[in-house]
Amino acid sequence: MSTAAASPYGPQADPGPPGLAAKLLGFCEELRSEGVAVGTSEILDAFAALEMVEWTSQDDFREALATTIAKSQDDRRVFELLFDRYFFRAAEAEAIQHEVSERGGGGGDSGEGGERLDMEELREQIREAIAAGDEDRLRDLARLAIAAFGRAEGSGVVGVDVQRIRRTLGLTAGAQPPTDGGEERPPIDRDQLNSFERHLRRELERDLIERTETLPPSRPLAELDRALPTSPTQDLAAVHRAVSQMKRRLATLGHEQRGHRKATAVDVRRTMRASLETGGVPLRLKYKPKRPRRPEIYVLCDVSTSVTSASVFFLSVLHALHDSFRKLRSFVFIERISEVTEVFEHERDFAVVAQRISSEGGVADVSGYTDYGRVWLEFLTEISDELDPRSTVIVLGDARTNGREPHAEVFAQVAERAGRLFWLNPEPKLYWNYGDSVMAAYERYCDGAFECWTTRHLENFVNVVAGGAPAVE
Amino acid sequence: MSEGSVAEVKEALAKVGYLADEPAALVSFLAQRLDKPVLVEGPAGVGKTELAKALSRATGRELVRLQCYEGLDEAKAMYEWNYRKQLLRIQAGGAQGGWDDVQEDIFSSDFLLTRPLMQAISSPEPVVLLIDEIDKTDQEFEAMLLELLSDFQITIPELGQISATTMPIVVLTSNDSRELTEALKRRCLYLWLDYPGVEREMEIVRLHAPDLPETLARRLVEVIQMVRALDLKKPPSIAESIDWARTLLLMGAEDINRETFNQSMSIIVKHRTDIDLVAERVGMKLAEAPSRAG
Repeated sequence: MSTAAASPYGPQADPGPPGLAAKLLGFCEELRSEGVAVGTSEILDAFAALEMVEWTSQDDFREALATTIAKSQDDRRVFELLFDRYFFRAAEAEAIQHEVSERGGGGGDSGEGGERLDMEELREQIREAIAAGDEDRLRDLARLAIAAFGRAEGSGVVGVDVQRIRRTLGLTAGAQPPTDGGEERPPIDRDQLNSFERHLRRELERDLIERTETLPPSRPLAELDRALPTSPTQDLAAVHRAVSQMKRRLATLGHEQRGHRKATAVDVRRTMRASLETGGVPLRLKYKPKRPRRPEIYVLCDVSTSVTSASVFFLSVLHALHDSFRKLRSFVFIERISEVTEVFEHERDFAVVAQRISSEGGVADVSGYTDYGRVWLEFLTEISDELDPRSTVIVLGDARTNGREPHAEVFAQVAERAGRLFWLNPEPKLYWNYGDSVMAAYERYCDGAFECWTTRHLENFVNVVAGGAPAVE
Repeated sequence: MSEGSVAEVKEALAKVGYLADEPAALVSFLAQRLDKPVLVEGPAGVGKTELAKALSRATGRELVRLQCYEGLDEAKAMYEWNYRKQLLRIQAGGAQGGWDDVQEDIFSSDFLLTRPLMQAISSPEPVVLLIDEIDKTDQEFEAMLLELLSDFQITIPELGQISATTMPIVVLTSNDSRELTEALKRRCLYLWLDYPGVEREMEIVRLHAPDLPETLARRLVEVIQMVRALDLKKPPSIAESIDWARTLLLMGAEDINRETFNQSMSIIVKHRTDIDLVAERVGMKLAEAPSRAG
């Protein structure tokens, strides 16, 4: 068996230096297409670094590349995702080219190999390997598991099969049931389980490639793959950028209106007073002073459990908004609404803000479920006087009322008083109005409703607000 | 440390009391071979600064440290003209030579006060230059560093370029409190340090508190990791786990139960609100199984 098939995981499978430079450049090209800024100087560094390490160690090779090419945590994550995929594909492509297959040799055809495999035994071994973090063993076990379930039962869709096999094996994250002897077992956390699933997926893909003898076209990384695990502080920078853009756009909007107002409102009393200097002839007109502008932006942010994954993102949006706008009032809500403008104004640190909101917000009443209807009522009574056509209201929430009265008519009142009203929903449009989501009831009163769970969506929103065309997703 | 291979670098670092993980060892190795600065990022207290110190000890080089803060300028970071000495020279030498001589003289290296960056590149012996918490400075300062980081030289208008006579190992650390510029990142090797896993932290603790029994050390690290998993204002750093280990030794504790934990908790948790949270979440758990680790 050739090395290509034996270790699809790394560069060892590569024929050697003549092809490597091209492969590396191809890899960098793919990184660039995923938005990692790889400059020529970085590529040169990577080559220089590779000359210094031994390629027999997969870790050294990978680290040497990573340290020279991926210059932030975000980039590093994309790097990891692509590294596996790219070199795996490269190895498989070679294998197809040289017509190397695992099926012929070794007698390891899936059907017979998995015939009498004890399920319990297999599960036990996988648990052990997961606990020990033994990657090589996990890979072997993943192949055994695939063999045990047989290709025939497979749906042919890799993602579905992975989950099916995992479920059949009865592997779940969290605390594990004790062994038959009553001994405790270490819990398996999500990451460890993921690593096993990754092996499963890899092996299934390989199987598929071997059978069809073609490489499936490479797809760009899924948005969620890259977006989810980033920590709030890293996202923060991107959110801040998008918001400062928004600030510029909204600021220029204000100026247009100021121009119109200038023509109106002569202050008669002051004009008469001033005319005394010129013998009672009103030579100079005095205008009414501009009213002090009230807070222009009201942000209402849902922080209930149904939007947990998005609320960190939302809070970072709020945080960024507060950095840019002085005239901003922010509210968080679950069952009730609570103003948190002060918290944001006095705390600079995002983590502190998040914690204070969770401890002092006082927005969960009893059940902890969102009550949108009540929130509108409270919002309206609290600040109805201050809403005027110049104010913009932005709602961040999923519009899931948990079956309670949505009070769309109250929402309509809010929309009527406020100049503009936007809704940012952390769920994909596909899920709107599905289940207890009443997005449609609210959407018609909004000047715009957008799906928004990444900074790209946020930028899109800013574009639309500024009158630009929505970016193509 | 004659940087032969990654493993040797790792070993040399271990010898001076720094247990580097694979990436850290590899980057330290590459930094010396490629003469590139290293940018180390990660949460507070994972040993970013310590890595630079360990490198200096392992290589036997002197450590030149530049602590960054808001408003740091080149007079404090690079060089400054020794104004008083210049003044003295003008007064003392007024009789000899003309104005041209004096002018040439007072802008010579004799009248230069070297600050850390200048000191690092003009040192006759190679040094380790630590630029600590670079994210605390403004972007302008970063831009000023670029010349030094890519070419290891500093341009002084009156004197011209001063190039490094020896190649320093440059380590920049950042707490990720603001995004650094692309230009700076492009010139550096990037290393992300995170909190260590249970096994590695145990090694670290036992290296620094060798008298601590293994069972207790394991228990301690488990508790620390539990505390870190909470959403704290300031999670305990590695240095604090070591401090705690030493404290437990002094207390003569044989196990970490609720009592010892409450007594010594202030070593690892240093915020009023954090203390409440930790006592509630972790302290409670400990009481349930006081005999488990015993």
